[in-house]
Amino acid sequence: MTAPTIEFDGVSFTYPDETRALDGVTRRIEPGQTVAIVGQNGSGKSTLVKHLNGLLRPSEGRVLLDGADIAEVHVAKLAGRVGLAFQDPDRQLFAGRVSAEMAFGPRNLGMRGAELAGHVRAALEAVGLAAEAESHPYDLGYSRRKLLAIASVLAMGTPILILDEPTTGQDSRGVAAVRAVVAGAAAEGRTVIAVSHDMRFAAECFSRILVMRDGRVVLDGPPEVVFGEASWPELRATYLEPPLPAVVGARLGLGDTPTEASLVAALAPARVAPRAVTDARTPRNG
Amino acid sequence: MIGATYRYSRTGRPVLRDVDLTIEPGRVLGVAGANDAGKTTLCLVASGMAPAVVGGRLEGSVSIDGVDAAGLAPYELAQRCGLLLQNASTQLTHTTATVFEEVAFGPCNLGLAAGEVVERVWWALRAVGIEGLAPRDPAKLSGGQGQLVALAAVLALRPKYLILDEPTTELDPAGTALVADALVRTARETGAGILLVEHKTEVLARIADQMVLLDGGSVVLAGPTADVLSDPRLPDLGVEPPVRVRLERDLRAASIELSPALREALA
Repeated sequence: MTAPTIEFDGVSFTYPDETRALDGVTRRIEPGQTVAIVGQNGSGKSTLVKHLNGLLRPSEGRVLLDGADIAEVHVAKLAGRVGLAFQDPDRQLFAGRVSAEMAFGPRNLGMRGAELAGHVRAALEAVGLAAEAESHPYDLGYSRRKLLAIASVLAMGTPILILDEPTTGQDSRGVAAVRAVVAGAAAEGRTVIAVSHDMRFAAECFSRILVMRDGRVVLDGPPEVVFGEASWPELRATYLEPPLPAVVGARLGLGDTPTEASLVAALAPARVAPRAVTDARTPRNG
Repeated sequence: MIGATYRYSRTGRPVLRDVDLTIEPGRVLGVAGANDAGKTTLCLVASGMAPAVVGGRLEGSVSIDGVDAAGLAPYELAQRCGLLLQNASTQLTHTTATVFEEVAFGPCNLGLAAGEVVERVWWALRAVGIEGLAPRDPAKLSGGQGQLVALAAVLALRPKYLILDEPTTELDPAGTALVADALVRTARETGAGILLVEHKTEVLARIADQMVLLDGGSVVLAGPTADVLSDPRLPDLGVEPPVRVRLERDLRAASIELSPALREALA
């Protein structure tokens, strides 16, 4: 599957109540990239991704897919290319049965029969809800409704998959299911974009992290850069803490270790007691 | 709560099984467990809303300050026990024009004098760091902001017991820390007893005095928070251990010695 290139070209957005949510965002996302967007509540993360499927239109600037301004693309056509799972599943789910909820999106994209059934089954299995096909969505707990909302978008098979806060409220099994969804979609060459407050999820499952503050992108790079020591002042100005493994790695002079695995790997070859804490200026975590 | 077994009216199977727990004044009791372990049901039963409002059948007993909850009307339960539901946006009244009025709704219904209502509303907004949202329209808030408003609305009631079902799910790390601090301060300063259901074990590690872990509606682990969170069975119970516990476990698994420098860096 070849995903389209995404370009935000000077995108600003002001809500009707005059809240300026985006302030001149210019970014390019390559086909098949996995991108996590982090930042405070109200920093513009959800507003940004809602521009990708035409839910919001820029007040200024343009959003381009493969060079074409999406303002010119019909919303129905856009729906076949960009799937967005909402932060609040209760604003997304409407059907009286899980199977009907799941079939709605792909059927509207023209899928029928065995193809439709296959997509629905695979997506339900991906989030561990295969046994709930005949349940009422609102008989599921909140966290499982959230997984259902993700599955219903996954089933559409769009080349761009956007997940807004997919891990919130999930137990460790739910988080594992979401991580598998991201990895599976990425392996198929789909572009995956997730809005998240979960720094561990961002560091471990995405190749690129955008940090937003006040409607702007203030950091952009792979996890080892965005969570690396040089970025900490900017992160803290955004009220974000680097993940603990990054802090531990920096304290021990091991370089940038944004994930638990990278920290263990950095410690493993030496198998000796690391040097004492290297830098008295290193900030303490918590 | 003693020997509480609870069934919803539509299901025969108990969702809580023989649960004993005590919420003590001025203390935070943490609750963790996988999805469908019974955490939300525990909140409803502990607050008396199940069965009083939700229906269903309760065996065993729930008492609040020695008074059997079964003998209290919903409004009497609400005066003793503040309950914050999981999807906080469903808890807002959707009838008010500003966040200030939204938070004032509960205290007004308690029949308090206007000055007291105003004082409580500002106190609650400050406690969760959202004074700036006071003039905003509650319908136009982000998910996280809505969650903070719902929490402020419950805090403004100054209930003697607070029952919170995942109050930080939609919050950024700074908002999560703010709520954690606000809760522990509320417990210490007002003497409120708090039951906190939370997936974020980092939050529990920070503020819960004691913890219970639910699985299949039963309490399977209980005790001081640090002991429960370092129990090796946590991952099997669908609960992610805190990052320090995970790191120590991973380092041990890789046969990496926890040197004093490494211990200090982890601390």
